[in-house]
Amino acid sequence: MLEDLLTQALKQADQAEIFQVSSLSTPISFEANRLKSVEARDSSGVALRIIKNGRIGFSSTTDMSDMDGLVARAVEMLPFGAKTSMNFPAASEYADVVTFDQVTSDLKVEALVEAGSKLIDKLHADWPDIVWSAGVSKSVSSTTLLNSNGCHAEETTSAIGIGMEGTLVKDTDMLFVFEGQSTCRPTIDTDAIIASIERKLNWAEHVAPPPTGSIPVIFTPNAVADLLLEPLLEGFNGRNIVQSSSPLIEKLGTLVLDPRLSVWDDPTLPFISGSGAFDGEGIPSSRLPLIKQGVIANFIYDLQTAAQAGARSTGNAHRGLGSQPSPDTSVIVIDPGDTLFADMIAGYPKALLVESFLGAGQGNTLGGDFSANVLLGYAVENGKIIGRVKDTMVAGNVYTILKDIEALGSELEWVDGSLRTPAISCTGVSVSSKA
Amino acid sequence: MRDLIESALKGHNADYIEIRIEDTETTNISFLGRELDSIGHSTGKGGNVRACVKGGWGFASFNDLDSIRSKVEQAISQARMVGNEKTELAEAAPVIAIVPPHIISDPADVPLSEKHRIMEEYLDLLWGGPEIQTSSLRYSDGHRRMFYGNSQGTYIEQARIDVNFWASAVARNGGDIQQASISMGSLGDFGLIHRMQSEVAELPHKALEFLAAPQVQGGEYTVVLDPVLAGVFVHEAFGHLSEADHVYENPKLREVMVMGRRFGGEHLNIVDGAKIPDLRGSYQYDEEGVEAQRTDLIREGVLVGRLHSRETAAKMGEKPSGNARAIGYQHPPIVRMTNTIIEPGEATLDDLLEGIKEGVYCKNWYGGMTSMEQFTFSAGETYMIRDGKIAETVRPVMLSGNVFSTLENLDGVGNDLEMNEGGGCGKGGQSPLPVSNGSPHIRLRNCLVGGA
Repeated sequence: MLEDLLTQALKQADQAEIFQVSSLSTPISFEANRLKSVEARDSSGVALRIIKNGRIGFSSTTDMSDMDGLVARAVEMLPFGAKTSMNFPAASEYADVVTFDQVTSDLKVEALVEAGSKLIDKLHADWPDIVWSAGVSKSVSSTTLLNSNGCHAEETTSAIGIGMEGTLVKDTDMLFVFEGQSTCRPTIDTDAIIASIERKLNWAEHVAPPPTGSIPVIFTPNAVADLLLEPLLEGFNGRNIVQSSSPLIEKLGTLVLDPRLSVWDDPTLPFISGSGAFDGEGIPSSRLPLIKQGVIANFIYDLQTAAQAGARSTGNAHRGLGSQPSPDTSVIVIDPGDTLFADMIAGYPKALLVESFLGAGQGNTLGGDFSANVLLGYAVENGKIIGRVKDTMVAGNVYTILKDIEALGSELEWVDGSLRTPAISCTGVSVSSKA
Repeated sequence: MRDLIESALKGHNADYIEIRIEDTETTNISFLGRELDSIGHSTGKGGNVRACVKGGWGFASFNDLDSIRSKVEQAISQARMVGNEKTELAEAAPVIAIVPPHIISDPADVPLSEKHRIMEEYLDLLWGGPEIQTSSLRYSDGHRRMFYGNSQGTYIEQARIDVNFWASAVARNGGDIQQASISMGSLGDFGLIHRMQSEVAELPHKALEFLAAPQVQGGEYTVVLDPVLAGVFVHEAFGHLSEADHVYENPKLREVMVMGRRFGGEHLNIVDGAKIPDLRGSYQYDEEGVEAQRTDLIREGVLVGRLHSRETAAKMGEKPSGNARAIGYQHPPIVRMTNTIIEPGEATLDDLLEGIKEGVYCKNWYGGMTSMEQFTFSAGETYMIRDGKIAETVRPVMLSGNVFSTLENLDGVGNDLEMNEGGGCGKGGQSPLPVSNGSPHIRLRNCLVGGA
């Protein structure tokens, strides 16, 4: 059927590309310490992108009986479509990147319910004053990509994720703890989840006055993901390079950040959510250095931004069904340093340790600025965690604080399934608080 | 469609079943810099079944309408896996209704070439002023037709048309980058697209002004918010806490959110309601078929109401308020805000500024978030207040506060109510949901401002 659609589209275009997705996911949710709902989300659709006389037409639908309409709507867009000099890729050899696991795919809903219930029951038994909620989800998605230049790529991915949140209310004082893991295989370590929650709750037991001013801030792996990653990576995005709106333009090959910092985009890692053999346009995936020992090594492109920049696609086209591809990172891995997390804390007479932020990503992220409220963070005094802080904000600029970092952690953690990072401690962050 | 839904609802053993089917059509145009970035036209068709058995919920969404009967079975068997209590849903009288969309000016009547031409005019406005580094300009319209039926005899057809517009200008000086942006939306009014000229033309000037401006020193200030940002403030600082799904199963939070609790001074009145007409959060029936209302949340500083689904209302022994909403058929409805408003008082802006030796005046918005206890929101523009007057421009700031104490510190309410119809709300993985919020100018004492 997709071949027929391609033939039909080519009658009215120079090049054509079809992107088809279908996915089945089963999110299970637990609220207030017990099972609340079981869902099954079954979705499928097809998107058509065509090029004629150097312009792009695009349309998508979830109505598989309306292929004529799909072609007609894409053709209707052509006179106004974006100008392009890109060509859809020919057939490529893809590396074997395993993102499908039969055991995950075969997991029954009942098994997920049981796994979630066990965890919730344990959390509730250990901390009866905390109200727990959790989500367990399994999904299997298939993608088919077909174009008129000979590319025909298919991939099926499985994913399993678990996340939980505890809320402790004491009058109007609230404490929130989160923990989660996601992967392509059912290898979730619930003991590790519980150990991590226990550690956070112990640190948070007392409220401590926040240290303020320009003080050292230790970002846990989760805090790196929450606050620093987005403003940092935006500067590498081909869209911002093409628009010259990245502070990194003209900085390729120069030392901009701390020489201990190396950051990769690596969608070739097996069984990681975000990995895959090819990107949303059929370009083979590769392990791409973004920052090599502090030097800006590569920007990320899809076909269109690469054509505009006079570069090659780096295989970073990401897309959903309803929108055209756009460059984005896939799986970010940051090389470890040599400082143990415990030593990082022990080294400071006065510092702020942050686990999670509220409201990150607002404001001028394009320039690398960040500003956010500390959702869960702790005061460090004389090398010891003395309690959690409240009513505290941090602000700064990623390029400034990562130029000369204090310490890079030696222990790596996966966050949200597609980022692997150590903890990082920095100076030059402004911390303010209520008097 | 009615036959399809009603026949699929028949002959099952569940406490409650509802089916929703939707037809959607969206058009979007976006420019990045001076060039067209993308233009597209997409359609969607799909639906869902939600079932409740002994208090447990099952949900199944689908694109293939032929599978509807098996999806009903699936939702029920999932609900059965969960349920071991009693199904409690607040009473809602069965309704049969066909509601036409609210249309002032239908974007479907405007040819694509015309929409494209209007966007090019805005592009000229962005690039006709002082030199900027780049710009972004986005337009979208969507038509969503909804067919809803439940096992209690309700059948409703509704439709809504949403129009969205977003523009930003980016200025750069070496590695230093600043941007100014504006977001606007409407329910069923393409005419909004003709009214944005002066705001868009100002953006390049603002971005350059921010670039030249210093950063404010972080700390506590007396802050005056313009009506647009005050609207975002009420949404984040109180609105989310009034959503009963955060409260109904948390006994400690129920104690805190008890009716009659004082949150602010007697000058503070907050309402929410989809029944307030012609706004982005307006509709006639929510996604459980409950008629829209206007709900007083805070009256003279005291908690008097909250937002409910049928389940949260039943479990709290309160009346449903028609606030169960979903962004689309892929998601079950959850408790959401609609149009959230701080009602106007008597102060003029000068009254609010009077006596502030050093403070911060914030206008327009960039974003906002809440954790229930803490909230943050960010300004599109920021100025210092000096000796009761708005003074020099500083870089846009982020503000933060505590939900329970900040409303007590809201000590001045202006007389100039305006609605903010830009952006959208995110919750539980469902974003953006069309909402509006509004307020007059307000003054907050001891507000935490992030900065250098």
